[in-house]
Amino acid sequence: MIDKTVPSLEAAVAGIRDGATVMIGGFGTAGMPVELIDALIATGARGLTIVNNNAGNADAGVAALIREKRVRRIVCSFPRQTDSWHFDRAWRAGELELELVPQGNLAERIRAAGAGIGAFYTPTGFGTRLAEGKETRVIDGRDYVLEHPIRADFALVKALRGDRWGNLVYRKTARNFGPIMAMAAECTIAQVDEVVALGDLDPEAIVTPGIFVRRVVAVPPRATQPAGTAAAARAT
Amino acid sequence: MKRYTHDQIAARVAADIPDGAYVNLGIGLPTRVANHLPRDREIVLHTENGLLGMGPAPPPGHEDPDVINAGKQPVTALPGASYFHHADSFAMMRGGHLDICVLGAFQVSARGDLANWHTGAPDAIPAVGGAMDLALGAKQVFVMMEHLTKDGRSKIVAALDYPVTALRCVSRIYTDLAVVDVTQGGLVVVDRVDGLAHAELERLTGVPLAAAR
Repeated sequence: MIDKTVPSLEAAVAGIRDGATVMIGGFGTAGMPVELIDALIATGARGLTIVNNNAGNADAGVAALIREKRVRRIVCSFPRQTDSWHFDRAWRAGELELELVPQGNLAERIRAAGAGIGAFYTPTGFGTRLAEGKETRVIDGRDYVLEHPIRADFALVKALRGDRWGNLVYRKTARNFGPIMAMAAECTIAQVDEVVALGDLDPEAIVTPGIFVRRVVAVPPRATQPAGTAAAARAT
Repeated sequence: MKRYTHDQIAARVAADIPDGAYVNLGIGLPTRVANHLPRDREIVLHTENGLLGMGPAPPPGHEDPDVINAGKQPVTALPGASYFHHADSFAMMRGGHLDICVLGAFQVSARGDLANWHTGAPDAIPAVGGAMDLALGAKQVFVMMEHLTKDGRSKIVAALDYPVTALRCVSRIYTDLAVVDVTQGGLVVVDRVDGLAHAELERLTGVPLAAAR
């Protein structure tokens, strides 16, 4: 029998060691698996490489990971925000490395890792400082830059519902990086609002098939949202 | 000198967006275009964090933290809207499926090179987000910006001195003084504010401008 559900957040993040590369879903705080990140902080793992669109908002989630000095390197598209003070301080202090990647290249590099692509040519970034030193090629008269996949040891993603096979559905724009990160990591860990019985998710509507997911942990939604989002009640 | 207000520029851009267009409005000034879209046209707004069919901000108290735009502001999803992951979202751009992107800019060159992601200040924390993808991500790229900097220098330039976002990507420039097309043969003025002579516009801009036909 396949049962990917785990009983606790601690069990969900077990095995994440110092120096691991960890993808973390979310765009800002939408889709950010805050409880899994808190559990990762509790493991004490250090020297992590984090792949996320941003570099933390306010004091929770990825921001807390940086505040606790667990991050050696961050791969992201948009670190600088009005509430990215933990990143800003750490970066200015030289405590972490930044690899800045255009957002669409970030997504496609993650997707490519999950899809087994060796590298790909993209027009995005050609002629800019973010493509300096990279191979380029003209294809059908258009300029392209060679980009390589981004793989991870672990991916932490947040979904709305999952089942014991690891099938996932997401909620609205919180889907963002979840499906592609789930494909790109050796071990994908999903926190879901609710674990449902096998067969309860409509096969036509499953966004992440369970083959991409290793562990599922239920984290019922909290009444209040993490800092950094608009104060808002969760729509029912 | 008379100038178009930001809302007038936004209305001018909106008037050029045809019925049925799929459009991405960049963060900042372009966001205002949404307020001026003609009601008799069905225009589908894309936001790169994963929503097609984006609607306006919800009334206070009805925000949903999982329904946000690329600026991380609360928005709504209209009937017919769809959600998708980031690789699909950027495939919509890179793959040439979007009709129009409207972007802000620090500078645009006479051949349509765009600078809008970095001021070049050495101590600035860099952040690129979707800027480089958006600049290449539509059949037409419209830029909305002030024509001149605060100290009176043209933001339309012969060659960029800010860091490049993308090369030869801009189709049309909307400013507080004029609307200018970027063509193979150079810049062509489509229209300009009342009372501003073509020669004066060209003097302020500092690069050759052809008059509208």
